[in-house]
Formats: sequence, structure tokens, C-alpha cells
Amino acid sequence: MINKTLVQVERLTRRYGEHRAVDDLSFTLRRGQVLGLLGPNGAGKSTTLRMLAGVLAPDAGRIVINGRDLLDQPRQARQAIGYLPEQPPLYRELTVDEQLYYSARLHGLSRTASHPAIARVKERCGLAEVGKRLIGHLSKGYQQRTGLAQAIVHTPPVIILDEPTIGLDPIQIQGIRTLIRELGRKQGVILSTHLLSEVQSTCTHVHILRAGRLVYAGALAELEQQRPSASLRIGLNAPPPIAELEQLPRVTQVEELGEGQFRLHHSPGALLHRILVELAYDHGWDLWELTPERESLEQMFVNLTLNQETAG
Amino acid sequence: MILTIAAREWRSLFLSPLAWTVLAAQQGLMAWIFLLLVQDFQAVQGRLAGLENAPGVTDLVAAPLFRVAAWGLLLVTPLATMRLFSMERRTRSLDLLLSAPVSASEMVLGKYLGTMLFLWIGASLAGLMPLALAFGTTLDFGKLLAGLLGLSLLAAGFAAVGLYLSTLTVQPIAAAAATFGLLLGLSVVDLQETTSRLFGYLSPLRHYDALLLGLVNSADLAYYLLLSVLFLGLAIRRIDDLRLRD
Repeated sequence: MINKTLVQVERLTRRYGEHRAVDDLSFTLRRGQVLGLLGPNGAGKSTTLRMLAGVLAPDAGRIVINGRDLLDQPRQARQAIGYLPEQPPLYRELTVDEQLYYSARLHGLSRTASHPAIARVKERCGLAEVGKRLIGHLSKGYQQRTGLAQAIVHTPPVIILDEPTIGLDPIQIQGIRTLIRELGRKQGVILSTHLLSEVQSTCTHVHILRAGRLVYAGALAELEQQRPSASLRIGLNAPPPIAELEQLPRVTQVEELGEGQFRLHHSPGALLHRILVELAYDHGWDLWELTPERESLEQMFVNLTLNQETAG
Repeated sequence: MILTIAAREWRSLFLSPLAWTVLAAQQGLMAWIFLLLVQDFQAVQGRLAGLENAPGVTDLVAAPLFRVAAWGLLLVTPLATMRLFSMERRTRSLDLLLSAPVSASEMVLGKYLGTMLFLWIGASLAGLMPLALAFGTTLDFGKLLAGLLGLSLLAAGFAAVGLYLSTLTVQPIAAAAATFGLLLGLSVVDLQETTSRLFGYLSPLRHYDALLLGLVNSADLAYYLLLSVLFLGLAIRRIDDLRLRD
């Protein structure tokens, strides 16, 4: 079964006093998926993940991990989980090897099975060099990677990562993202982030949370398609009359920005830039700038969460 | 699982200078008092020879030494237990245990065992001192063993109290202060004049004194068992409760 359901969340709710941090949340995660929980700070991402990991008890709702109910069969359900909290749960006085051994044993690996598992996970997370070093002496990047390694050392089917790339430099972020995509192929990954670029580069599916509620859920490819019309910014030294630009195929609106710059709004999928380059050459418009300004997912994400805010 | 947690606890304890410092201070102090006691014994040895049913070297050296060791435990236990849960909650490494397939009882018992091993090392080092006298004199090994048993039980009870209090706060120092206060309070509760039987029963040191005399009563053993089980049970409940709280 390739598309086996790994996590099933039904009507999950968690309150802090009067405040509903997570409100009636339902979703599923299947094998082969990397699900990004996206939302502004305080949207309930961490609370959701803490409940999935069994660290926090929900007020209402059901969580089934790999076919086991997290509340009725906590031990079996937790066996299937690897969890990296917002702050990696590390013991500063231990070495990386000792920390990983502890985590492996806690998750039920035998003494003999632990050592090859540790060697494998160190290789995957780029920790081979630092096995003997104290965690307290490592840089933030290495600590984060150790945190990730302790979450996956027992090869759990479900991997829960809370802001996995926070505090890392761009090169380390790339490395972690590649690793997460790899993990998502055979296992199921659910991660939280407030960065849309993270979702774009790592996830197959995205759920957008706002104030504890799901405001968007779908595959990333669908989200891309739903992007509203995009625009091109051009700069011409010898621009034609604006009406001429408006006549171009698929152009819906032209804004004049001054100093020979224009913004051409067009419907998605148009190969407008090619047409423009050819026309500019043929008519001697002297093109000096051509910048695609398709509305980014980031902008769409902001719109989605803000609109909801004003509407709700 | 319990052993895994105990081993990690034990390791972390000995990787910090705290454990070594505590053991060294404890050992140095005990050695000094041991020497004083031996000196005192030598001074009165001659007079004792004439007495009928006179107290022996075990009563005059080992028992007072163990009594001092008990007061030492009162200081050492809060230091050994203060970090158990409070530090893990503070650094949020407790999330690893809470998300792992480990029950609250396993967490509590694992940490308890790790700490007990440490306290027992200190206790047995203290117990070894009077054993050195065996080279020159005859010791009452029954009384010596009863004393060691008492010291171990005292450590077990104290550690359970300290462990529970460390689940209540994220400040290790606060946990240590609370543990010290509670243990000291329990220990002096029988010092009042009216000598109510209840207060006498509550004092851990009262039960310890009986063991030092070589009297192994099931009532005294039950007291330490109850003390440990009560506070470990409270700790387990508290850990389960943490999932509901934050």
C-alpha cells in the first residue's frame, strides 16, 4: 500500500482558557506526503504538532497514528512517531552519539540495532564528523541537525517537525530541505513553518492555518494553479503609445510607472515575455528591463490570512 | 526503558562537576568526623572495659557516624534531585520523553533509580569507613548492616520527595530549596515537647534511629516504603498532568 494513511486527525480542539488555540481541525497524512502546516505566528501550528506527538493532550477530537489511537494505545502510536519540537530536546552535556543512542533506545531499538541506526542517521544528517563532540559545544546548525537525527533514528513512519530550518544558514537550510524531501518519499512528514518558501521547496501538500482553523488545504500543485493573474514589469527607452501595449494578447491592464516603465497585467500561462522581446526588437522600443511579477504564493498567503482576518 | 533513563540520568549527573563535588565534600567531612569518633572511643575505651554490657565500637563509632551521614543526606539529596524534572522542563528536553513510547511511571522510576544509585554510592562510601576498624577489633556486622540499610532507606525516601518537588517547578534551585525545607521539616517535627505519636511517626530520622540500634522493625521499613511510594505516585500523576497543562 503506497498511499497508506499514516495520520488521521479528526475534529481536534485545544483551548487555553477561553482562547481556542486549535479549533475543530481535521486532516490526513499519507505515506509519500510532505505536509506543510503554514500560518502566521500564533496560528496553532506548534500546538497541533505537540498534540500529534503526544506531548499535549487534546481537549476534544481523535488522533490516529499508523492505525493506532494516540489516546487509547499511546505506546504503540508513539512508537510510530519521530518528533522534533521547536526547541530540539537535547542534553547539552552529552555527545551527539550518546544523545542519539538514548533516543534510539527510548524508541525501542535494541542495543545491537542502535549502533548501525546511529551510523546511518549521522550520515544522512551530516553529523558523521561530530559524533564524539558535546552537544553544548556545537553550533546552532549542528544542534538542529542533531535534533532532527534523534527524531528519525528509529525510522518512524510518521515524522513531525516543528520549524525544522529555523536558525540555520541558507546552505544548511538547503541540506535539511533535501533530507526532508527524501524522508517524505518512504515515510510521511508533517512540518510547520511560517515561511511559504519552505513549503514551496519541500512540501507536496499545504494546509494553511489561521487562528487555529484550517483556511486552505490542498496539494501544492493546486495552490500554484490557483495563483491569480500575474504581471510583467518592463522598461523601454522608446516606448510606444500605451494603447499599443494594451492591444497585446492576454494583457488585461497596463499601468504606467514613469521613466519608460510599465506594468503589464496578464492572465496566467501567457508567454508574454517572448512576444514582448520580439516586438521590442522589431519596433525598436529598446527594451532594458523585463521582470516577471507573478503574484507570489507569499502574497497569496498573506491575502488569504488577512482576508480571513477582516472577514472573520 | 527504565534502565535506559536511569543510565542517562546517571551519566548526566557524573558529567557535571556537581556530583563529584558533593561526593568529595561528603567524603571529606565524614572522614574527619570518623577520626574524631575513633579518638573519642580510644579515650573512653579503658573505662568501658570495666562495665558490664558496655556499648561496643559499633555503637560508639559506627552509629554516630551514620547519624551524621543522615544529616548529610538532608543536604545532598536536594542537590541530587533538583534537576531531575525541572531542568528537563526548562530546556524542553522533556518533550523527548513525553513523545517517546514511555509511560510516566517509567520516566519517574528511571530517574529515581539513577539518583538512588548516586546516593547509594555516597552512603556505602560512608559505610565503608567503620569497616576499616575490622582490622583491629571485632565489629557487630548485624548492627552495621542494619545501619547501612537504614541509610539506604533514608536516601530512598528523601530522593522520592526531591523527585516529586522537582516536577513542580522549572527552577532547579526552587526545587532544591523546597526539598530541603520539607525534609528538614519532617526531620524536626518530632522535636516538640508533647511527643504526639503521629509526629513521632512522621519523622524519618526517628525510624532511622531504631535501625541504628540494630532493630529492624517492619513498621520502620513500611514507613520508608510508604514515603517513597507516596511521593513517586504523586510525581507520576504530576507528569501525566503536564500533558494537560502546557
